[in-house]
Amino acid sequence: MSAVMQEAAPQGAAAMVEVEGLRKQFRVRGAGFGAPAKVVHAVSGVSFSLQAGQTLGIVGESGCGKSTLARLLMGLIPADDGRVSIAGANLSQDAASLKALRRRMQMVFQDSFASLNPRLTIEDAIMFGPRVHGVPPDEARARCHRLLERVGLDPARFAGRYPHEVSGGQRQRVNIARALALQPQVVLFDESVSALDKSVEIQVLNLLRDLKEEFGLTYLFISHDLNVVQYISDVVMVMYLGKVVEIGPAEVLYERPAHPYTRALLASMPSMDPQRRTLQAPISGDPPSPIDPPSGCRFRTRCPHAAPVCGEREPALVDAQSGGARAACHLLDTASGHPLAGKELS
Amino acid sequence: MNGTAMNGTAVGDDVKRPAMLASVRELSVRFASPQGAVHAVNGVSFDLAAGEVLGLIGESGSGKSVTLRALMRLLPESRTRIDGSIIVGGRNVMSLSRGLLNEYRGGTTAMIFQDPSLALDPVYTIGQQIAEAIRQHLDVSRSEARARALEALEMVRIPSARERLDSYPHEMSGGMRQRAMIALALAMKPRLILADEPTTALDATVQIQVLLLLRELQQQMGTSAIFVTHDLGVAAEICDRIAVMYAGRIVETGTATEVLRSPRHPYTQALMASTIHGSMRGQRIEGLAGSPPDLARLPAGCAFRARCTRAQAGCADAVPELLPHAGHAVACHVAQATQPLRAVPA
Repeated sequence: MSAVMQEAAPQGAAAMVEVEGLRKQFRVRGAGFGAPAKVVHAVSGVSFSLQAGQTLGIVGESGCGKSTLARLLMGLIPADDGRVSIAGANLSQDAASLKALRRRMQMVFQDSFASLNPRLTIEDAIMFGPRVHGVPPDEARARCHRLLERVGLDPARFAGRYPHEVSGGQRQRVNIARALALQPQVVLFDESVSALDKSVEIQVLNLLRDLKEEFGLTYLFISHDLNVVQYISDVVMVMYLGKVVEIGPAEVLYERPAHPYTRALLASMPSMDPQRRTLQAPISGDPPSPIDPPSGCRFRTRCPHAAPVCGEREPALVDAQSGGARAACHLLDTASGHPLAGKELS
Repeated sequence: MNGTAMNGTAVGDDVKRPAMLASVRELSVRFASPQGAVHAVNGVSFDLAAGEVLGLIGESGSGKSVTLRALMRLLPESRTRIDGSIIVGGRNVMSLSRGLLNEYRGGTTAMIFQDPSLALDPVYTIGQQIAEAIRQHLDVSRSEARARALEALEMVRIPSARERLDSYPHEMSGGMRQRAMIALALAMKPRLILADEPTTALDATVQIQVLLLLRELQQQMGTSAIFVTHDLGVAAEICDRIAVMYAGRIVETGTATEVLRSPRHPYTQALMASTIHGSMRGQRIEGLAGSPPDLARLPAGCAFRARCTRAQAGCADAVPELLPHAGHAVACHVAQATQPLRAVPA
């Protein structure tokens, strides 16, 4: 079963997260006094849908728009254009619907310390959301203690502590408990395990898997770590300079990446074997700035297969031959006019 | 059981290696803190041959960065107690006078940091910073220093290097800044490079480029290097030898292939098992439980025993010695008793 494409979804199964044509630009000051303002094309027309109970991994490098996308989905910043629907309700910017959204969707950030109020005990921090949403204090406290227990922190030892009194891994467990305190259906993780040591990271990832099963959660998992995304995701979405370049089931995307950028990204992973070292970097240069992104295909300036057509027309997401994945590349569309279109690439 | 504890001798000496550039003996570092002395490094010994790359691997608090900083004499001397000896290029680093220390830092030994935006001065151009470093060490004119700075930028393959000489750090991308810092470090052709997580902050496609560049320059110039990283993949790409650190001690050391392919210390094994890679999708990984010990209150005996699944009563009695054999050595009572130390078949 394909998790990505709406048309492939089983009849009647509504998507838990649906995003259509989402767009966000930021205006920044130009260099120098009186210089015209510049526009950062942070998220440029992103669409996807995610079924309940699945995990969507979102990968990409700096400037690809993955964190802006997270903030848009949470309603933390207003979109310029496009539609987001979470658990059947459309996202809008009025206070009442944002408050309702918080009950359906919660977020866990990268910096476990910055995302907790240093003057609240762990118990107060976890109870805060339920209290704001009208849960009576006794029930909120009981819920907090259950969740602390569930994320592996003994309530008797940890409830009264302050964030600076626990380790990074424990703090991230507190943030996870806090995110679950409102009993959401969707949880968004923005680089939530990136700052943790490897042995702690795997503990937290195992916890996330268990919680997902237990509470029937749907996950959006943003990370720059391709190994972690492969480990946890059902569906993976690759972004480059504000665009989705490829989206598909994790096993297909990692085994037969269709887009040249996805291939380069996967080939950039260190080998883990000193006898089989990487001999050549798959692509050169840094990702360009999302201010004035390249015309046409935004990857063409680093793409080994770029042709004139790539600068003229923007490629749309089309089915990749490899089954189940969709990618935005002229190479995959025989009618695109790219000289190598439809040919097998080395 | 093989051999006796060779106190004060670095392991791996039974393998014929070229002349040693650096040797560290029984290095220990203690920091004063309100909770008492923090035992950050506890008797670390190793040798580094000319042209060799040693990887120091470990998690936060393992003492890998402190060891590196001790080699550069960067630790704050007023609240640090350093014991043991550090010899680099035949000179005792611990007793260098101020003048010789200035020559040593940047001349004999150069350091590459994780975050180039913190290590580079924001108010000077890249060219000024490299030229200043050159004039610190060589009696050359400004124009000669600038010409050498340009050579250094060309060596790290910064595009349009001549224009980049006059760029400020904020005008460059992250990958470019890291290349600039490498140029700054290598401008004086040091004999030893100390690199602290030099590619951790970079995007995947940029990380592999910088890693391969470092490897190539190191091999070309025949420089020795000590590479601190938490990323086993990065270590596999660049290191000849690896030393795994835990709670301020080296617990296992050997060639990169031996340590990564046949780890013998339970901690190294757990670290390898916790490192997620592709083939693990869908499986549950049982990582390492618990967290590292408090360095202000180190337990008696083996510091890893509280988290070790193979710990026995005897592990609390004495700190296990790092026992050498055929270039691979392990500091574990259980591994030494149950596995005869022998060369690993290729």
